Amino acid sequence: MEFFTEIASFFTFSEPNVKVVFWGSLILCAISGLVGTFTLLRKRALIGDVISHSVLPGIALAFIIGQQKNPLYLIIGAAISGWISTYLVDYITKHSKIKNDTAIALILSVFFGAGVLLLTHIQHSGNAAQSGLDQFIFGRASAMNMNDVWLFTIVGSIITLLIVVFFRGLSLLSFDESYSQSIGFPNEILKLILSITTVITVAMGVQAVGVVLMSALLITPAACAKFWTNNIIHLAILAVILSGLAGVLGSAISYTYNGMPTGPWIVVVISVFAFISAFIGSKNGLAKKVLQRNQNNKKILRENTIKLFYNPDEGETLSYPFDTVFQKSNMHRNTLKKGLNMLKSEGLLKVTNGAYKPTELGVKESKAIVRKHRLWELYISRFMHLQPDHVHDDAEGIEHVITPEIERELEKELDFPTRDPHDSEIPY
Amino acid sequence: MIDFWIILTASLVATSTAILGCFLIMRKMAMIGDAISHAVLPGIVIAYLLTDSRASFPMLVGAAASGMLVTYIIQFFNQKVKLQQDASIGISYTFLFAVGIILISVFSNDVDLDQECVLYGEIAYVPLDKSFIGDLYIGPRQVWILGTTLLLIATSVWLGYRKLVVTTFDPSFAAALGINVVFWQYYLMAGVSLATVVSFESVGAVLVIAFLSGPAATAFLITRDFKRMIFFAIALGISASIIGYYTAFWLQGSIAGAIATIIGLQFALVFAYTQLLRKSRIAKVLDNKALT
Repeated sequence: MEFFTEIASFFTFSEPNVKVVFWGSLILCAISGLVGTFTLLRKRALIGDVISHSVLPGIALAFIIGQQKNPLYLIIGAAISGWISTYLVDYITKHSKIKNDTAIALILSVFFGAGVLLLTHIQHSGNAAQSGLDQFIFGRASAMNMNDVWLFTIVGSIITLLIVVFFRGLSLLSFDESYSQSIGFPNEILKLILSITTVITVAMGVQAVGVVLMSALLITPAACAKFWTNNIIHLAILAVILSGLAGVLGSAISYTYNGMPTGPWIVVVISVFAFISAFIGSKNGLAKKVLQRNQNNKKILRENTIKLFYNPDEGETLSYPFDTVFQKSNMHRNTLKKGLNMLKSEGLLKVTNGAYKPTELGVKESKAIVRKHRLWELYISRFMHLQPDHVHDDAEGIEHVITPEIERELEKELDFPTRDPHDSEIPY
Repeated sequence: MIDFWIILTASLVATSTAILGCFLIMRKMAMIGDAISHAVLPGIVIAYLLTDSRASFPMLVGAAASGMLVTYIIQFFNQKVKLQQDASIGISYTFLFAVGIILISVFSNDVDLDQECVLYGEIAYVPLDKSFIGDLYIGPRQVWILGTTLLLIATSVWLGYRKLVVTTFDPSFAAALGINVVFWQYYLMAGVSLATVVSFESVGAVLVIAFLSGPAATAFLITRDFKRMIFFAIALGISASIIGYYTAFWLQGSIAGAIATIIGLQFALVFAYTQLLRKSRIAKVLDNKALT
């Protein structure tokens, strides 16, 4: 019961601090979802990882220079060292034989190590203002205040505005960099906009979720959204919504249980979203894929079965007992039975005394599939100059995916043929 | 004596990770190492909670289990649902790491691991955890564990050296020779998990990446010969440990952090030198052209 009252007290903002945590996490996560969409699409997800580990020395140095925990100074320090780190990764990859992933691992860990060295140095220096500086490692949303939220709102609006204004250019850059270059888009400026927004987002975000897990906020929301849509606008919007939701839920959980870190909970919530999306997502989700494969297999089985009943002689339709059909096919016995039952229930076959006879509709279907098969055989033998005995296997696969439009094209291309390469008739 | 034990601990970590790091970076798997080193955390915590001790064996089992789990999750995202490789790595390890941190917070009263220790280790406390044979003091416990690990890793790399090298540099040729490429990949991954787990207490999850990738990358810039590269990497790692220790002493900061910083500086120096060398070579070639 206590749990519910705590949760209720979070969402009703009964304590003034809760309001700060709520809006702070919401805004931060939403922005990182938006920025992360582009980092993900540009296949630079791990660059977010580098930046988030690398802001630490910047924060520590900003503190050593300023001798106080002014959030603006710290963010500027963080942004500068984050930016240097991405520059170094690109520079090393471009100018030496070191591979990109090695450069990422190296810069990430060395910057982090330097940050740890400076941070522990500050802790031993005895400056009282330093307490709480180590929160940047794991993040503590509850340590935010109203000034931070205003800062997030202003910076976040600027970032959103930039992305909306340059949306076309940024999308093109993310999908096809060289094309964007070739039609004269200012690629370098667009890249600069993206890297600056990423760096600033990370620099702000480390306060709430900490350096190690900040990269998750850039990567996971967009990856999550990718399981639901392929449209970049929908992708960005969905990433923002999911990320914001995870931010709010995560900070609610960490508020409810005392002493729980915020960052890890936000990451766990958004990761759970990602796992769920991976299973049931309507695009690329696992369930969708399995369903699609099953449907395909069914279609192929259905078409392969009805094909067995193709009879070139017009006039009377014959009926075949199961064993005759089975010998003609090269399917497994049970598979064939399944196919036959499917056709029976669809009204393409009639069964009398254990013998199968195609109905009028069945005859039409069997002609249609054989026709596609033979048209394709003719097409590849004529245009790819394959020997007639080499074309059957290819046509076996293609016949199931030829649409009526392609069929018409083939007919036109082949000048309405009547005979296939084996000199059999092409039915119509 | 304390100085000696700490430097020895760091050098042992540096040596085993340098050997493995050379293979990792040649296989473009540096980030998989990163993922494993973060992801072992929940395994370690759960093992600790179940056995209520810091004994190495259960922790090793736990860490190996979560190391396997992360490689499995990465494969699931990458191959089953076709998510790009970098995003698959990013999602998987941050998730497991977050779970680990949450477990530590939930059981903070029962677990003798704190959050900071997880990230950058407590190498300074290594000499305090002593081991004895009877009444005879034989040095810190960590030194013995790391020494055994190094021996194990060095022997297994030595035994499998040829096959590891072939599968690293030309996996399709190795497959054509009938070598089980997947087996040798897991052989290496097992080594990485082992090295990560035993180094965990002394240098933490993030800094072990510096040990894995840094000296190997620097050595790669120095030489083209793979055997020499391994020895250079070991030498670089050990020298970074010694210089790093005294840097930390001077700055009054974290030892592991200082060693990672020195590893970075080593790389920066060698990198700058190779860049200069390249430029002067290009200039020479251009001069010769101008003459003829």
